[in-house]
Amino acid sequence: MEKGRDVFMQGYRHGIPIGLGYFAVAFSLGIAARDYGFSAIQGFFASLITYASAGQYMGFALYATNTTLAELVLLMFIINARYILMGFALNQRMPEGTPLSTRLLVGSCITDEIFGITIARPGIPTPYYTFGALIAAVPLWALGTALGITMGNVLPARIVSALSVALFGMFIAVIIPPARKDRAVLGAVAVSFALSYASVHLPLVSQLSQGNRTILLTIIISAVFAALFPRKTEDISEGGAADEH
Amino acid sequence: MSINVYLYIIVMAFATWLMRVAASLIMKKPIKNRFFQSFLYYVPYVTLAVMTFPAIVEATQSPLAGAAALIVCIAAAWFGQGLFTVAVLGCVTVLILELFL
Repeated sequence: MEKGRDVFMQGYRHGIPIGLGYFAVAFSLGIAARDYGFSAIQGFFASLITYASAGQYMGFALYATNTTLAELVLLMFIINARYILMGFALNQRMPEGTPLSTRLLVGSCITDEIFGITIARPGIPTPYYTFGALIAAVPLWALGTALGITMGNVLPARIVSALSVALFGMFIAVIIPPARKDRAVLGAVAVSFALSYASVHLPLVSQLSQGNRTILLTIIISAVFAALFPRKTEDISEGGAADEH
Repeated sequence: MSINVYLYIIVMAFATWLMRVAASLIMKKPIKNRFFQSFLYYVPYVTLAVMTFPAIVEATQSPLAGAAALIVCIAAAWFGQGLFTVAVLGCVTVLILELFL
C-alpha cells in the first residue's frame, strides 16, 4: 500500500512544473482580466477557486458585457464540458465500492494538466496525488493572474512568449511516451494534430470556440479509434493492476 | 444593472466545479462496455493533442519558434525525458530562436 504522505509529495512535485506553466498563462489571463475591469484581488480569488483557463477567459469577458448569471452558468457548462469526459476516465479507473467522497475529491482537482498526469500515473487515481498537484499548481495560477492584472506590461514580450510554451511542453510529455509504446495511440495523436490544425481553418468548425472545437474533436476521434482499435480488457486495467502487488 | 462581482466569480467557480464532479456523482463502478472503455482510453491523449497543436505555434511571437519547440519537445519526450525537462527545453528553444527570428 502506498503511503498517503508520499503520494501527496509526489503529486506536489509533479504539480510544480504545471504551476510554472500556469503562471505564464495566468499572466496573460490577468492582462485580459484587467481590460474587463477586474482588480488584482478579484482576479486572484477567481483563479484560486475556478482554476480553469478557457472558462475564466470566457467568464471575465462575459462580465464586461453585463451578462446574466443563467447565461454564465450555461456557458461554463459548455466550455468546461471536457471535464465531464475527464471525470469519466478517472472514475473508470476506480473500483466498485470507492467512496463517493474519494470520487468527489479526485474530480474536484480536474484541470487539463492535472488530469493528464493523474491518468498517466499507474494505479488507482487517489486524492492524495491530485491534491498534491493542485496545491502546488493553483496558487501559482492565482498569483500569475494577480500579477498580470497589476503589472501586465512589465515583463518583456520575449519572456512571456517563451513561458507560454511550457504548458504545451507538459502536454507533449504526457502523450508521447504512451504513443511510443502503442501504435494506436500514436495514430490517435497524429490524427488529432492534423484534424485540430484543419479545424482552425475549416469553415463552420473554425467559428466554434476553442473549447467547443476541442470537445467535438475529442469525441469524434476517440470514438473512431475506439471502434477501429478497441482495447483488450488487460490494456485498460493495466494501470490499475500494476500497483496492487 | 451589474451583478456583484464576487457573486459572479463564485457562480463561475461553482458551475466549473459541477463539470469536474459530474462523472463522480453518476458513476458507481467501472463501465464494462468495451467500446466505452476504449473510448475513454483514447480521450486523454486526443484531448491533449488537440489542445497542443496548432496552439503551440500560435502562442509564440514567431510561429517558427513555436514549431521548433514542438519538435524539440516531442523528441525529448520520445527519448524518455520527464515532464519538467521537456517543458524547460521547449521554453529555452523559443527563447533562443526568438533572438534571431
